[in-house]
Amino acid sequence: MTSVTSSMAQAQPKIDFSRLFTDAILATLVALGLFGLLIGVKTDQSLNNQMILVLRPGLLALILAAVFVGRLTIGYIIAVRDARPPEAKKAKAAKSNTALWVEKYGLPVFVGFLFAYPLMVLYTAGPQGAIKWIDNFGIQILIYIMLGWGLNIVVGLAGLLDLGYVAFYAVGAYSYALLATSEPVKLFMAAHMGSTFWPLWAFWICLPIAGILAAFWGVILGFPVLRLRGDYLAIVTLAFGEIIRLVLINWVEFSNGYAGISSIPRPSFFGVPFNASDTGFAARFGLEFTPIYRTIFLFYLILILALITAFVSARLRRLPVGRAWEALREDEIACRSLGINTVNTKLTAFAIGAMFGGFAGAFFAARQGFISPESFVFLESAQILAIVVLGGMGSLMGVVIASILLVGGVELLRELDALKVIFGPNFDPAQYRMLIFGLCMVLMMLWKPRGLISVREPSVFLKEKKSVSSDHVKEGHG
Amino acid sequence: MRSLHDPVLKVENLTMRFGGLVAVNDLSFSAGRGDITALIGPNGAGKTTVFNCITGFYKPTVGRIALRHGNLDFAQHIEALTDSDHGAYRGADGSLFLLERMPDFQISAKAHVARTFQNIRLFSGMTVLENLMVAQHNPLMTASNWTLGGLFGLAGFRRAENGAIEKAKYWLEKTKLIDRADDPAGDLPYGDQRRLEIARAMCTDPVLLCLDEPAAGLNPKESLELNTLLMSIREDHGTSLLLIEHDMSVVMQISDHVVVLDYGTKIADGTPEQVKSDPKVVAAYLGVPDDEVEAVEAEVGV
Repeated sequence: MTSVTSSMAQAQPKIDFSRLFTDAILATLVALGLFGLLIGVKTDQSLNNQMILVLRPGLLALILAAVFVGRLTIGYIIAVRDARPPEAKKAKAAKSNTALWVEKYGLPVFVGFLFAYPLMVLYTAGPQGAIKWIDNFGIQILIYIMLGWGLNIVVGLAGLLDLGYVAFYAVGAYSYALLATSEPVKLFMAAHMGSTFWPLWAFWICLPIAGILAAFWGVILGFPVLRLRGDYLAIVTLAFGEIIRLVLINWVEFSNGYAGISSIPRPSFFGVPFNASDTGFAARFGLEFTPIYRTIFLFYLILILALITAFVSARLRRLPVGRAWEALREDEIACRSLGINTVNTKLTAFAIGAMFGGFAGAFFAARQGFISPESFVFLESAQILAIVVLGGMGSLMGVVIASILLVGGVELLRELDALKVIFGPNFDPAQYRMLIFGLCMVLMMLWKPRGLISVREPSVFLKEKKSVSSDHVKEGHG
Repeated sequence: MRSLHDPVLKVENLTMRFGGLVAVNDLSFSAGRGDITALIGPNGAGKTTVFNCITGFYKPTVGRIALRHGNLDFAQHIEALTDSDHGAYRGADGSLFLLERMPDFQISAKAHVARTFQNIRLFSGMTVLENLMVAQHNPLMTASNWTLGGLFGLAGFRRAENGAIEKAKYWLEKTKLIDRADDPAGDLPYGDQRRLEIARAMCTDPVLLCLDEPAAGLNPKESLELNTLLMSIREDHGTSLLLIEHDMSVVMQISDHVVVLDYGTKIADGTPEQVKSDPKVVAAYLGVPDDEVEAVEAEVGV
């Protein structure tokens, strides 16, 4: 009997099942303590308008069973992973070049798909149904991909934890909204360029200005936080994001406060408006007027803006400035000993990251036609940061996958109307998004603590490009 | 001695106080051009503090640290430069830098003083080759027109980058790391990391290379190889070396000039032979007062 077990132990990893069960039972007991009163008992109103207690043993049992099975599964997966012989682990590490492969081929395939996406949706869902899929899924996800790629420069490459990134998004959005709707500018342009010029061209003129202003505010934020690291840096950037939002709320003469700014001019097709008039896009190109053209145009616009962000940040990584950012994340003192001006290096990271946030903000204002400080709350910063961290810091493809999961996943929940058949007509799956979000984060912590794509791609190589495992790459702490 | 008539570095009256603690007390010494100068002393003598002052990581409380490029007349220019507000003087026959007036990164970028660290500071998540590319940041930055030319892939930048890779290859071959060029620096064994740090410092084209305990943690064979590497850096590149070292086999074999510190004060300065027989040095290392040295020596059989 003993000889059989020992040979079994050699052949296959040994797992202590009794410990797994004890663990699972303990977790279930903790869950019973937590949920016993929260879920097991419910207060309700009786027919006589009196408060009565309703016991829900069935639901409680269901949740406890879920905790038990869940803990058992997680414990088993971890035990199997830990029991694997070290050689197998090494073999797996060597194979991690697949992540490089994803980075190399994944992006072109994905970009090709994106260019075909609006036409595919138009073909399958028709012009009426397509708006939702292009706008809510396509454009929404692409905005977050672009923001994620912009923040990736600051957090992923330079290792500076920025919790106030939404401030630059707000700066970009308000720069465009305020300039485009400002009376003096309108009058000036009308006097010099003709009355139709400004509404048509405002977006194209303001887009670079919004980027430059956001970059400027990036430097303004960068200066005071140069000496800060880690938690302190995170707190100050968080405060900065809130300051911008509070100024927008309270400086009513400037930004119209809570009421926000409305009737922001929409982007034109390089001077051709998207409307039903004779000079509009549809009439000009001999098409029947429908609002879908504007949506498709906005989709391609944000796609191109996002691709510019990706191209520039991928390119910068291979330039001395990008290498200096990554070196800064690895070791700031060593950087200074090699003659790198760390002040300039940090400020360029802040400025370039902020600039892309500003572009995205201008696009956001143009797409919505209305903005208010409500759109720039801390939760937005947190979501963008979650995208970068979840994707794997420094990885472009990781940001794409994380955006699709986080933003697209939430949108997809709204589509799960079929679940109403099971859970009753009052069931709204979108209300569970925070629960699912939290669950995903916990699973990530267990499964891939350094993000979905957790290997680093070297910026230059001599003979063979080998990915750098996350064991060596530092997170950077400001 | 070269340190007297042809110095590359001149430290005068250097004092560094941390609150009430005097880490370095009125230290003056020179390092000769093309010399290997060793800074030795018992633990806590203030050697690394001196290094941090020279490389700008600390601002000295008192003192002047002058570095010279070329054949410029030291005595003629130094007083004028000290009286001016500038940190550097550039003449036709060379330049003079007052390191205590320059920020740390400029000491490497402008004065070309490179250093390594006692606890190795590599960019461990970057490959060996990338480490050496980061070291060439400033020339590459200029060649990329401060990123703009590089962004558009101009030919000038591509040439400069290929040149930088060639230079990195040269140093990788010299430090026998060429086969590991594409591996993460954090993956290298300890001895290789030490050599990589030296290669990285050399990629900044230093006039003076400061090594903080380069032989720490190396086995005797690796130590010997380190000696060869340091000698060749001096011979082939004309770089002057300043090193802190506890390994006496390294110090006595390769250094031309030894400065001994104890409790932040200089107790001896001379050739390795002179220093070795200096009773004050022996006393400092044995940890006893001068007059008891002979008794203790007899006791331990030196």
